[in-house]
Amino acid sequence: MKRLLLLISLLLCVGRASAALEPVVLQGLASDDFDGKQAAVAALSAAGDDADAQRLLKALSEDAVAVAGGRLVIVAGEQVLDPASGAPIKPAPASPESISLNNSLRQQVDGALAAARLLSADRAERLTAARALLADMGEGAALLPLFDKALAREQDGEIKPILVQLAAQAALGSPDVARRLQAVRDLAGSGSPAVKALLLPLLDPANEPEEKLRLEAGTAIKAIDARLAWSDTAGQIFTGISLGSILLLAALGLAITYGVMGVINMAHGELLMVGAYSAYTMQALFRAKFPEFVDYYLLAAVPVAFFVAAAVGMLMERTVIRHLYGRPLETLLATWGLSLVLIQAARLLFGAQNVEVANPVWMSGGVQLAENLSLPWNRLIIVAFSGFVLLLVWLMMNKTRLGMFVRAVTQNRPMAGCVGVPTARIDTLAFGIGSGIAGLGGVALSQIANVGPDMGQGYIVDSFMVVVLGGVGQLAGAVWAALGLGVVTKFLEGWAGAVIAKILVLVFIIIFIQKRPQGLFALKGRFVD
Amino acid sequence: MQNRRTFLKAAVLSASIAAIGGLSSSAWAADTIKVGVLHSLSGTMAISETALKETALMTIEEINAKGGVLGKKLEPVVVDPASDWPKFAEKARQLLSQDKVAVTFGCWTSVSRKSVLPVYKELNGLLFYPVQYEGEELEKNVFYTGAAPNQQAIPAVEYLMSKEGGSAKRFVLLGTDYVYPRTTNKILRAFLKSKGVAEADIIEEYTPFGHSDYQTIIAKIKKFAGEGKKTAVISTINGDSNVPFYKELGNAGLKAKDVPVVAFSVGEEELRGVDAKPLVGHLAAWNYFMSVKNPENDKFIKMYRDWAKKAKLPKADTVVTNDPMEATYVGIHMWAQAVEKAKSTDTDKVIAAMAGQTFKAPSGFTLKMDETNHHLHKPVFIGEIKADGQFNTVWKTKGPVRAQPWSPFIPGNEGKQKL
Repeated sequence: MKRLLLLISLLLCVGRASAALEPVVLQGLASDDFDGKQAAVAALSAAGDDADAQRLLKALSEDAVAVAGGRLVIVAGEQVLDPASGAPIKPAPASPESISLNNSLRQQVDGALAAARLLSADRAERLTAARALLADMGEGAALLPLFDKALAREQDGEIKPILVQLAAQAALGSPDVARRLQAVRDLAGSGSPAVKALLLPLLDPANEPEEKLRLEAGTAIKAIDARLAWSDTAGQIFTGISLGSILLLAALGLAITYGVMGVINMAHGELLMVGAYSAYTMQALFRAKFPEFVDYYLLAAVPVAFFVAAAVGMLMERTVIRHLYGRPLETLLATWGLSLVLIQAARLLFGAQNVEVANPVWMSGGVQLAENLSLPWNRLIIVAFSGFVLLLVWLMMNKTRLGMFVRAVTQNRPMAGCVGVPTARIDTLAFGIGSGIAGLGGVALSQIANVGPDMGQGYIVDSFMVVVLGGVGQLAGAVWAALGLGVVTKFLEGWAGAVIAKILVLVFIIIFIQKRPQGLFALKGRFVD
Repeated sequence: MQNRRTFLKAAVLSASIAAIGGLSSSAWAADTIKVGVLHSLSGTMAISETALKETALMTIEEINAKGGVLGKKLEPVVVDPASDWPKFAEKARQLLSQDKVAVTFGCWTSVSRKSVLPVYKELNGLLFYPVQYEGEELEKNVFYTGAAPNQQAIPAVEYLMSKEGGSAKRFVLLGTDYVYPRTTNKILRAFLKSKGVAEADIIEEYTPFGHSDYQTIIAKIKKFAGEGKKTAVISTINGDSNVPFYKELGNAGLKAKDVPVVAFSVGEEELRGVDAKPLVGHLAAWNYFMSVKNPENDKFIKMYRDWAKKAKLPKADTVVTNDPMEATYVGIHMWAQAVEKAKSTDTDKVIAAMAGQTFKAPSGFTLKMDETNHHLHKPVFIGEIKADGQFNTVWKTKGPVRAQPWSPFIPGNEGKQKL
């Protein structure tokens, strides 16, 4: 890479190679061995902004170069172009076989394209080129003259800082002490681990004779380290919150059915599965019927999952659970049986294999907050979604008549009945709402985990853990327990690995429940069992 | 075609009636050779193993269409051990002692293979294992048609360390927590050490089966890679965990040109469930890719596509073939050839006849079963993922490589190199 960059810069400064597309270059590209291709790409890169070379490089980066009839061609849609002149070949040769670049060649091609575009007249083009070089290049000492030239010309406030960084990185190897010192100072503002790696060797007297520079590099590294430590911790907390929000979504329905109503619902995980399959079904429906809106299938999946899961839950309550109120052991067995029935039903309907639920485009990718911290959109949206569901549940329980009835019935059933609350119907509705919320959790899970018939089994333990830890009968408890478990699990994972973290969390919960069986938040007052 | 299916159905039906009725030998049963298919059709491994069951059924039908083996039709007996390792042993015992199968094609994870081994040894059965694995095993009752470490893992790491592969200097060994990743990583660690990679430049990470939250691990990889030297990830993650892993990798913006991930258990089939665009350039090492161009492969792909349509597999129009499917296909054909040669389905006679069998495989090479070590000589391909979920071969061996089931990088194996 270094040698290549040297070559590029030499040719950029000294003079332009005119005959970039000599047959030997084209032959090299068409050849099967790596060294031949690499030499050809190097020759093309060295041609600088020669239009023909640029065209070929661009085609290479777009995988549009092919071999057809023993010669190299560029495939542009229907047309087949001659790489040397860019003119269409007629008649078009049959069955062009595209030539393949591997990672390192692609990196070379992209680097050469970006370097040439750094002097482009188009601002957007310069900006992407500068960013690409910053992301890709280590030291790149050989490109320093190019960066200096670009820097001298650049007026744009956004591109200039990137160029300063690039030039500083390249100038670290400069023989001029003042220049080196300036470079180290410029780099001290960076938050990138790659820059830190560039500065590290400067601490060694063998690499850097100047004492002053060594001290300066030390300060710069400390500054970078501080920033890295900050974004590391922020990243860890975010992953913890993200896991917590998923636990919360999984457990919130259970917080109502188990926490408030006292039903040990072993089929809760399967209600999540019902929600996830609703999302899958909506995706399939949108793909078949409204392909132009396929990115918004999730918005439709949310209400559908709620009502489907609620319907399944209400059916369960009406047919089975209702007859078992006050008999926890039988409820446990019966709901476990129901969970098996639901799993088998999903196998029959959708097959035993996992189904594919794709992230919509607006949930792919992430926001880059710092060099080493990017938050994926799907997780951010799930965090927001869990907040939204929590708000809905809270409003429902505390601000609506139904919520008041639910609380009344669970706190004192005979008294509620006496004042005219239809307790049986309230039970069904409350169970339905709890199940519906589990369905919403399922939609969220479909975006990050696998959707299969037995996906619920993996969440049932976690859900009970959250509810029991938070304190039965308390929504606030579930929230704190979910977030706490999420953050603790993630810190433990970072420290001891996923397998040990899982064990430690379970051990912690066993000890905690032994010491404090009522959970984090105990329900106080006139709670009647 | 329809006739044969009806026949198959009738055969299966009558066999099951015979089994239920407790008749030890009916006229029907004598006319067929029973073949066991032991793959998880549900649970975490179903993503990978279901296709192997389909391949086995397809190959059996192909052989039956050509007149079967020893003049008898093959009769598949399919069981589902549901990604549950002890259940593999139960189902294997059922296949051997109840269904009396002549041979079994099955297992994917090494833990399932280890679980059935005692059964095959005790009842002297015959197992064809079609998946790349960690080596350190050589059983008389097993033929390994997948790759040993020197036919997959070691060449892949050598490629990553070469100039062509990006001259990686630091390695993250990431796997699911069971015997295959642990042993492979032990071998790789010893190999890297022999190449002068320092202990500090290697980290090992494991996750449980079915793990779906890869945030911490991706963050750790990013941090490790950010410390300066070129880093590569070697993934031995198995089963459906690969989908969330690659999703997270794509969303976190970890590009293949910065930190390439080479996977040993991810093929065309696993990538069907993922949007492959963010994964372009990540690698896999196998002994076969669907994208390999040769007449045998064209035939194989066409045969499987036709089969998928006929068997009404979900999304039959987008089915793909992959390495373990090819290994299953090769294994069944070699077994059939060996039975013809031995003129018997007796386990010991077939084992003797297997030595030196050759078969023109879809990978484009004629593969040979080694005379002594029960492993195939296989070519090695390294491919980069393309946007359509296929692989672009960027490196391959000149020809088939002989397997070294006992890795020379593990101390104590020095005396076993002849095997």
